[in-house]
Parts: sequence; C-alpha cells; structure tokens
Amino acid sequence: MKSQFSVLGSQFSGRVSGVRSQVSGKGRFLASLGMTIVLGVCTLAAAQDKPVVLKGGKLLTVTHGVIENGVVVMQGGKITAVGAAGSVSVPGDSQVVDVTGMTVYPGLIDSETNLGLTEISAEAMTNDLVEMSDEIMPHMHTSEAFHAESTLIPVARMNGITNAIVAPASGDTLPGQDSFIQLAGASATEMLLIRDNAMPLNFTGDERRNKGGFDKRKFPSTRMGLASQLRQSFLDAQDYKSKWTDFDRKKADATRDKKPEPLAPKRDLKLEALLPYLEGKKTIVLAANSPSDLETAVNLANEFKLKFVLNHVSHSQPVLDYVASLKVPVIVGPIYEAPKDDERYDTVYSLPAQLYKRGVKIVLASYSAHSVRNLPDQAGYATAFGLPYDEALKAITINPAEVWGVADRLGSLDAGKTANVVVANGDPLDVKTDVKRVFIQGREVPMTSRQVWLRDQYSK
Amino acid sequence: MRHCFLRSLSVRCHSKIATTVCALACLATAAVGQVSSAPTRGDVVIKNAIVMTATHGNIKNGSIYIKDGKIAAVGENVNAPAGAAVIDAGGKYVTPGIVDSHSHIALDDDVNEATSPITPQMMMKDAFDYQDKAIYRALAGGVTTSLLLHGSANMIGGQAIVIKHKYGLSRDEMLFPNAPRSIKFASGENPKRVYGGRDQLPSTRMGNFAVQREALVQAQDYMREWDAYNEKVKRGDKDASAPKHDLKLEALADVLRGKLMVQIHCYRADEFLTEIAMAKEFGYKIRAFHHALEAYKVPEELAAENIGIATFADWWGYKQEAWDAIPWNAVLAMRKGVRVAIKSDSEDYTRRLNQEAAKTIRYGGATEEEALKMITLNAAWIVGVDDRVGSIDVGKDADLVIWNGYPLSTYGVPEKVLIDGEVYFDRSLPGLGMTHYQEGQ
Repeated sequence: MKSQFSVLGSQFSGRVSGVRSQVSGKGRFLASLGMTIVLGVCTLAAAQDKPVVLKGGKLLTVTHGVIENGVVVMQGGKITAVGAAGSVSVPGDSQVVDVTGMTVYPGLIDSETNLGLTEISAEAMTNDLVEMSDEIMPHMHTSEAFHAESTLIPVARMNGITNAIVAPASGDTLPGQDSFIQLAGASATEMLLIRDNAMPLNFTGDERRNKGGFDKRKFPSTRMGLASQLRQSFLDAQDYKSKWTDFDRKKADATRDKKPEPLAPKRDLKLEALLPYLEGKKTIVLAANSPSDLETAVNLANEFKLKFVLNHVSHSQPVLDYVASLKVPVIVGPIYEAPKDDERYDTVYSLPAQLYKRGVKIVLASYSAHSVRNLPDQAGYATAFGLPYDEALKAITINPAEVWGVADRLGSLDAGKTANVVVANGDPLDVKTDVKRVFIQGREVPMTSRQVWLRDQYSK
Repeated sequence: MRHCFLRSLSVRCHSKIATTVCALACLATAAVGQVSSAPTRGDVVIKNAIVMTATHGNIKNGSIYIKDGKIAAVGENVNAPAGAAVIDAGGKYVTPGIVDSHSHIALDDDVNEATSPITPQMMMKDAFDYQDKAIYRALAGGVTTSLLLHGSANMIGGQAIVIKHKYGLSRDEMLFPNAPRSIKFASGENPKRVYGGRDQLPSTRMGNFAVQREALVQAQDYMREWDAYNEKVKRGDKDASAPKHDLKLEALADVLRGKLMVQIHCYRADEFLTEIAMAKEFGYKIRAFHHALEAYKVPEELAAENIGIATFADWWGYKQEAWDAIPWNAVLAMRKGVRVAIKSDSEDYTRRLNQEAAKTIRYGGATEEEALKMITLNAAWIVGVDDRVGSIDVGKDADLVIWNGYPLSTYGVPEKVLIDGEVYFDRSLPGLGMTHYQEGQ
C-alpha cells in the first residue's frame, strides 16, 4: 500500500522545523537534523480518500469482545463497520488489506505525556515542560508550546499510541492546562484535538520550594503553604468571578437605562483560567501519592466543588477503600514506582488490580515523552499482577476515552468512531509484539521515524 | 512461612527481640513441616520444568540436580539421590539467574566521588549497603548477580564489586566469591558537565581524553619507578629506597598490568574508537562499553577487539549523546559479532530485565536464546563470571529462576529465585517473600 504521508526528508513535502534549529545551539544536533528531518507532522489530507478494509484479523473491539476473523471498514476517516467475516458488507472501491494472523485493536490513548514539550531531556533549550517561577500557573497552555514536529511523536505513534494527553511536568501545584492530541496531522492545529481539556492539581509534596536548607527556602516550603496558597487562589478566583458577574449586571442595567457603561474590572489571566474548573465544567487531574496527601487534596477539591479524577495514588494502599468511595476514575501509577522499603516488591505493580477489585475505573499513563511507546507494556505488566486482561486493555483505550470526554469518537472498534486502528503481529500488551500498521483517521501512518532512518542507514 | 537458618540468625538478628521473633518463626516452620521453599542446603532437584539453558536450547520436561549449590546434572532425566529436596516447577520455565552488568543500587547514593576526574582508588565495596531493599526488589525480579559500578562523573572512577542477591545475609556473604576486579571509566557528557560546570578541566571531550591520558602516563612513570626499585632489590642493592605507595597510581598500574577489567561508560561511535586507540596506546584491554547506544554504527570495530556492550533495550533521547539511540542497537551489534548484554543502570529496570531482553526479539528479531543470553551469559561475561554463572550447565552455580509464565514476555514473573542452590525469594510466601530475611530485622 502506498503511503499517503511523507515523513522522511527525501520524500518530504511538509515543513522544515526552523524553530528547533534555533533553540538548539548544538552543532551535532544540527548536523543530525541536516541528515534527516523527520516530522511528527504528517501531511494528512483533510479526509480519507478511499475506503480501507482490514480483513482476516483478530479484532479486540474493547466494547463488544473479541472477533476472530473479523473485518473493519474505514471510510471518510471513520470506522463504518466492524464484524465477523461475511457479516460486514465491503464497499466496492475499497482498498482491502489482508491482516490474517494479525491482531487489530483501537489506537491506544496515553493519559499523561510530555509529548511535544521536550526533545532531549538534558538540553534545556529543547524543553518546555513547566514554569517553575510560581506554583499557581493555570494560565499556561500546553497547546501553546506543543511542538507538532517533535521527533518523539512518530516513535510513539509507531507503537500504536494514537492519542495522548499532553500535560506540563509536575513541578507546580497548578502547572497549567493539558491538551488532548492526536499523534498525526498536518499541523499542530490538527493534532491538538482539544485545548485546555483538563488541568493538573499536584499535591505530592514535590511542589514545595524547600530545597537547599532554611536560608534558601521560599514560600510555599511546606504542605501547609501549598494548601493555603491553593485555597487562596481558588478564593481569589471566586471573588474575581463575583466581580465580573457584578459588572455584567451593572453593564446590563446601564444599557437598559441608557447610561454610560461602568468600568470593567481588570482581567486576571490566572484567575480567569481557574473559572471553568471552579464551575465544574472541566476536569481537574488531582495528583497525590500518600494517603495523607490524597486526603488533603481531595478535601481541598471538595471544598471548591471541583470535578476531578485522581492521579498516581502510588502509595495509598492503606486507603484504597477510601479511594474507591470517591467514585472517580484513577490514573494509576506509574506501576513502576518503587515500593517503600518496608513494602512487598509488588505493592505498586498490583495497585491497578487492587483498585479494580474495588470497582474503580482504571486508567494507565506512561508519564513520559520518550517512552510513550511502552504504554502497553505497563498495561500488560498490571495483568501479570492481577488486573484482568480486558481491564488492562480498557485502561489504555475506552476508559481514558471516557475520562477525557471522547468516548463517542475514540477508544474502541465501533462503527461511527474515528478510524484510529492498529494492526500488530500479536497481543498488544506483550512486549515482544510488533506493530505493523497504524491508521489515524483512516489514513495509514508511515511506519517510520528518525530511529528507523538511522537503523536503515547503518544496517545497509 | 519463613525459614531461619543458623547463619542468617547469627548475622542478621541483631537485637534480642529480633532473635526471639526469628527463633519463633523457625519453630513455627518446623511445626508445619517442609514447604516448597524449605532450606535446600544446596542439594535439590528441580523437576517438571521447561529448562531454558541459555547455551543449548530448551529442555521440555527437564530436571536440574543441584549438589552443594552447583548444577550437577541437567536434562530430561537426572540421577539425584533420594534425600535431595524436590522443587516441582509445575511445567513452568526455569532460566539462569539474571545478571545485571551495570547497576548502582546498594551504594547509599555514594555512586560518584565527583571531586576529581581521576579516582581509581575508590572501592565500591566501601560504600556497599547490603541492607538496601533495592537488592531484594531486583531479586524478586530474578536478578541473582549484579555488577555495582562507580558512576560516570569521572573519566576514571572507582573499582566495582560483584554481588549475589542473597538478601538477608551478611555483607561479605553477599559478595560474589573471587569475582574478577573491574574498574569504571567514563567519557563524553558526564565528566564534561560535572567539571566543566565548575570551570575545571575537563569541559570538552579533548579535555576528557587529555585527563585520562595524563593519568595513565603517570601510572607508567609510577610503574617504572617501582620496576627500577624491584630490579635494584633483586640485584641485592641494600641502599635501594622504595618509592612512595600511591593508591591512585597503584590502581591505574593494575589497569596497565591487565589486572582490572575496564568497563567504559561511552555513548558515541567516535568515542568508542578513541577509547580503543587509547587502550592500544597504553596496552590495556577494554572489557565492555556501557550504554553504547551507538554500537550499531561501528559494530565491526567493537567485535574485532572482542569488546562487549552493556546497553539499554530502548532508552533514548535523555541527553544529546543518547539522541541517536535506536532500539535495534542490541541486535544489529550482535549480528556483527559483538557480545551484547542488556543492563539496567536503574533501580527500577533491574526489576524486570526479562522484559527488556524480550524487546530485542521485537526489535531486530533476536532468537529466544539470544535474548536470554543478553541478561545472563553475555552479561556474566562482561562481569567476568561467565565460567560460574549465566547458563544452566553442569558445574555452574545453581542460580536459577522459576517463572510463573514465559519469561521473555510482559507476563512472566519469578515465582522462586535460587542462589547457590538455595531459595532466597519465594513469591508464594506472605510478607516480603524472602526466606533468609525477617521483616524488622
């Protein structure tokens, strides 16, 4: 099948990232860029131009079980039919791809990444991870730093991750707002499916400004400081809202009475950014690890009636019933977080299973940028420690789709959903499995990246 | 149910209370009788296993007879005395214990003496924190031997130790007996960053290699002084005065004498070549390049020198010199004759090196045995203990892992881990799952 996308320099029909050349002062980096320019951006046409039919594969639909020898029809960027061979009618002009012996499943969703915010971890100028100058930074929008041409995106995409949350790194209590992306598109505009869809609220203790002895400490250097600062920020936002409500009323009165318009309050971007969260219109991603941090954070969120999902809870084993009683989804882990010294080696590995047993909706995330491609390994490993297989697969497909409000479009092989479909030579959660084809919006993504290019250059 | 052995009692039960607890636990065990993790005293038969030997394929319905902690027989049928303890593997997989050829656990953060770029006199043994639970967590992941290295802040760091993960035993009992000595060298960004950041030499790769060469030249001078002195003594010169003993130069002299295996932290292809040239200039051998993410660019050059690599399966992009890392590196290098190990360099990844090795099946098509060797026999070669561990062959130490599923996958988890024929970890036990360690000890 001829690829619809151009990704490597030689076939390159898109754009050259001048931005990255400017940010990197490293000669070698420039030289390597000169060798090959690989873009996260695909020249994705506005619509899929021909129906594609995958036939003969084992379909992991996620929502309605496994279909051996199944057929998936993708048309106009959407899945139009899913079913057993013979039960699905295939459009006449289809491009039929025989995927016999392969496993077919929906594109995977990574619920916390730094994709597009970093290239080389140790090179400061290639990182836009988090503003550390203040702890309350809700007016930071990851969408405004998202580097669509990042070399990391094709690397992740090739392993079947088709959608992700881009979150700021976790240095602040309120580091800024997430974006929900698709890992292919003609530009950042196309790839950023939802801007500001959620906002992390981190309360793990790591947000304290307490490094380097008493003389170097700054407020907030304790959890009391963090909590009071957060509380004040939400109170300020409430006051800000009242001020504007007041103004709107006075303005309406003035218009009605044909009087001069009153002076508008000054806009405050920080407080403005908090409003949709205070109003419960958007989701707070509430991160904590230990039981005490978790309870403080939850109390704070409840005080302001925030709508939230939980994040991490890696060391909350003693209070899992409490976690379950909150009746909110939990982004767990990463399960590779080390146990405490007095804990059994598998305490965190088994956390997804422990939560699932208590009826909690489980979501998994890579919490990474370079290792986003290993997201399915984590789901697989959670099953090795007791999470049922179907739940592990859900934790990186339909569950995150529900949490991020896109379950009508993503997360399963169902007619009507976006045609983000992955074809692999086996079990998607096994580390040995090789992904062979990835479709995003019904268009086949070229299975190549800068890493593939290097491999091919040096293995001639 | 846990078991206390005399030696673990004597070395590990420090307080009276702990001793009482241990003693009670022993009594309880005795009352219950033998369980599958009962002390084997090094004489045991593992039967009904799929034995993945790492050297001569898999043996279905295989058995392993262990005598005095060594593998005495392996095959479909083994002749074992009736008195040997029996572990029924239940048809599951048994592999050699995993060898992690690059680790910094159990050093209590004393990984880098980053106060001078040349510190060969540092002995990692002096920092070895044998109670670090990271040793246990790795053991639970199937690791039985680790090479604990100095960090990469210095061009020439300290001397490594090799440990067996016999958690619960004393410090000296955990050291791999008579393991060859290794020394850590480093190159590239880390020394540059550490010393360049202080406006000291080295701050460039030229500086790095100049510092290394200068140290080796000093070692040559030092050896000449001692050789001259020894010559005088040999001739019966009563007036000969001995040169000063210098720990640092003595260690470097051991590099030049071939008494220390040189393990070099090195990422870039050009730096492999420079390090090889430097080794030739001074007449020492390089045992392995560690990280070695660009080995795929110059595999023939490494193979020709019989230099191994201890690399990551798929880490990349964390620093500039890791930018050209590709997950096919291990297999591409292996296909050109390089001896390849997958290592952790991480308290986290050391717990599931089997998965990391399995990635080489996916990236490049390593065979099952090739993948397994990367965390067993090849890793053991890098550490210099491949004649003792790393495969299931007669005469080797009985360091073995019984898995609950196929180990070269996401799903395989160790059920039991044996070292020298004794069970040290048993997943079926409550608590931490250890046989030689009591909680609160």
